[in-house]
Amino acid sequence: MTPVATPFFFYFLSGIAILSAIIMVTKINPVHSALALIVTLLASAGLYLMLYAPFMAAVQIVLYAGGILVMFLFVMMLVNIQHLYVEKMLNRQWLVGLIATVVLALLMIGALVRGAASLPQHIVNHPEQSNVQEIGLLLYGRNTGYYMFPFEIASVLLLVAVVGAVVMAKRRV
Amino acid sequence: MLEIGTLHYVLVGAILFLIGMVGVITRRNVVIIFMSIELMLSAINLNLLAFSRLYGLHGQVFALFIAADAAAEAAVGLGILIAFFRNRTTVNMDEVDLLKW
Repeated sequence: MTPVATPFFFYFLSGIAILSAIIMVTKINPVHSALALIVTLLASAGLYLMLYAPFMAAVQIVLYAGGILVMFLFVMMLVNIQHLYVEKMLNRQWLVGLIATVVLALLMIGALVRGAASLPQHIVNHPEQSNVQEIGLLLYGRNTGYYMFPFEIASVLLLVAVVGAVVMAKRRV
Repeated sequence: MLEIGTLHYVLVGAILFLIGMVGVITRRNVVIIFMSIELMLSAINLNLLAFSRLYGLHGQVFALFIAADAAAEAAVGLGILIAFFRNRTTVNMDEVDLLKW
């Protein structure tokens, strides 16, 4: 199926994503930042849908907006933030950090300008109906499962993260 | 209107990454620093998916792995944050100096 009104949705979604990312970085209250981050992640899920990745869009909504952000809000309830408004928002090195970011931005712009010509012009439109099936074949297929071992390593990583989080959040460290 | 190509998506990913980097470097609150790291990982995912449209589905599998790593990182980081808050009763990044001398 050919997409309709692609430029409009692209500029709409990326504008929302960038604006709420800026809001997230500049708000002093972490709860407001978390809500802006949810909006950013939902907008980038829309961008994933435009890139023919419906499975990743669903994972983005369920995992980030549903899981990680709820965890952030829980931690903000556990951690006392009443005294936050009388404190400074930025640390001492903020000017150096901004200069480093501008340098990195110039580097990225240079790389994009120089490398734009070498991008292949032919775009493969993957079929959306079999997207989950194709990813599953790449992960678990008998002959096409190139990523079975990295998948197992990722599961071990998640297990280690669960054990580490429980140990560190316990009463006596 | 202008045709939307891979370069547009890569540019949006770069902008989101830089905003997240500003948040990581300049903010004091550890919670917001973790959220900025999540934003940077999401921008990387956008790049991977944009290039997976050119080179096949492997980029989407890598994006899946990065999402799993982001979840693990958030869990461990927030565990560290709670342990630190219990010791110092603050969430400011420039007071995290237990390993300095």
